[in-house]
Amino acid sequence: MARTPIEFTHNGEEKAVFVDAGQNLLDVLRRGVGDLTPKYGCGQGTCGACTVMVDGAPRLSCLTLAQEVAGRSVDTVAGLASRPHQALQDSFMTHFAAQCGYCTPGMLMAAETLLRANPRPTREEVVEAISGNLCRCTGYEAIIKAILSAAQSGGLLRTG
Amino acid sequence: MPLTVETYPSVAEAGRALAAAPTSRFFGGGTILMRAVNDADPSFDTLIRSTDPALTAIRSQADGVSLGAGVTMAMILAHRDAAFLAPVARVVGGPQVRAAATVAGNLFAARPYGDFAAALMALGATAEMSDGRRQPVDDLVRGSAKGLVATITVPRPRDGLRFHKVSRVKPKGVSVMSIAAVVPGAGGRVAGARIVFNGMGPQPQRALAAERALEGEPLGPQSIMRAAAAAADGFTPQDDALATAWYRSAVAGVHLRRLLEGPR
Repeated sequence: MARTPIEFTHNGEEKAVFVDAGQNLLDVLRRGVGDLTPKYGCGQGTCGACTVMVDGAPRLSCLTLAQEVAGRSVDTVAGLASRPHQALQDSFMTHFAAQCGYCTPGMLMAAETLLRANPRPTREEVVEAISGNLCRCTGYEAIIKAILSAAQSGGLLRTG
Repeated sequence: MPLTVETYPSVAEAGRALAAAPTSRFFGGGTILMRAVNDADPSFDTLIRSTDPALTAIRSQADGVSLGAGVTMAMILAHRDAAFLAPVARVVGGPQVRAAATVAGNLFAARPYGDFAAALMALGATAEMSDGRRQPVDDLVRGSAKGLVATITVPRPRDGLRFHKVSRVKPKGVSVMSIAAVVPGAGGRVAGARIVFNGMGPQPQRALAAERALEGEPLGPQSIMRAAAAAADGFTPQDDALATAWYRSAVAGVHLRRLLEGPR
């Protein structure tokens, strides 16, 4: 099978990998780059557990053709601690916003995308921002509170 | 057979490659096709892409807007000249889907998707194909026209676009049905109304009986009631996990009445 070399920026670091034709970004991140933070949930674009940011936009990595990110910037939760909205992670812990934790990386990426564009969102805007992410523990209220709290604290610095 | 990905710098070249290979598919935003790729769907063996910047261009025109086929819902929401389409783009999927889902892809999205296609049909949009042909988007939605869409020209409605999506889950939920309507008037009477339902059949479809009930009449309680009574005429909705065919037929008129009674 023909493999294609691609280069992209992963959490601020340049990466060069070979991808198979038709291989999705989630697979490349997990098996090619070794970043296990984006989760494989439904594989159909329904659950949002695989959400990453591509050039600052939220994308479902399971439905993104890996070749599409050549030359682009891909951010995942693995790099969140070194980015401005690191307080989101602390806020999720403080507000018990992770139960089983499977949806958490996707929720954090959806939240970071929101706060980058809108540092002071309303509750409705938070609900809209995570509308593409399913939490089967149904812990949505804690997640919404965590995101709002991170925004109110400025979302910029670690609180703990 | 292993999958092959071919990338072309121009949409014209991609269109020719697509026409020459019956087992190829054009890869746009990926929200639908990538599912099939992940499932190793054997019905195609080649993905055709194009990096043509025209595919993602939004151009304002005197009486409307021209959308590259690969313009996403998120791009529409971020562009002033496409603001009249924003109420429709906003209810497609969640933020991740809107960042990838394209205007042309929605024309070919199987039920229950196709809310944006319904709006384009109601607005009388036309598609310019990669070989230069022009055709109404209605023909592409119906499947009576083939080819690769390059751009979609959308007239800006003088009388506004009315749009309503019915879904059980808020804010993101697939359509039980959606209705797009443009109801132009002349001398206080309706002239040339276009009403399109999505979710009432295999693909978005004009509600011709409801349109006829309004034609030549003032838009008021009497004509709206007649249009609502005829709303489901000519449709063959199906049962699915969202709603039964009976339910869809029963409520189509209710939602159409509310849409026509409300502000445009």
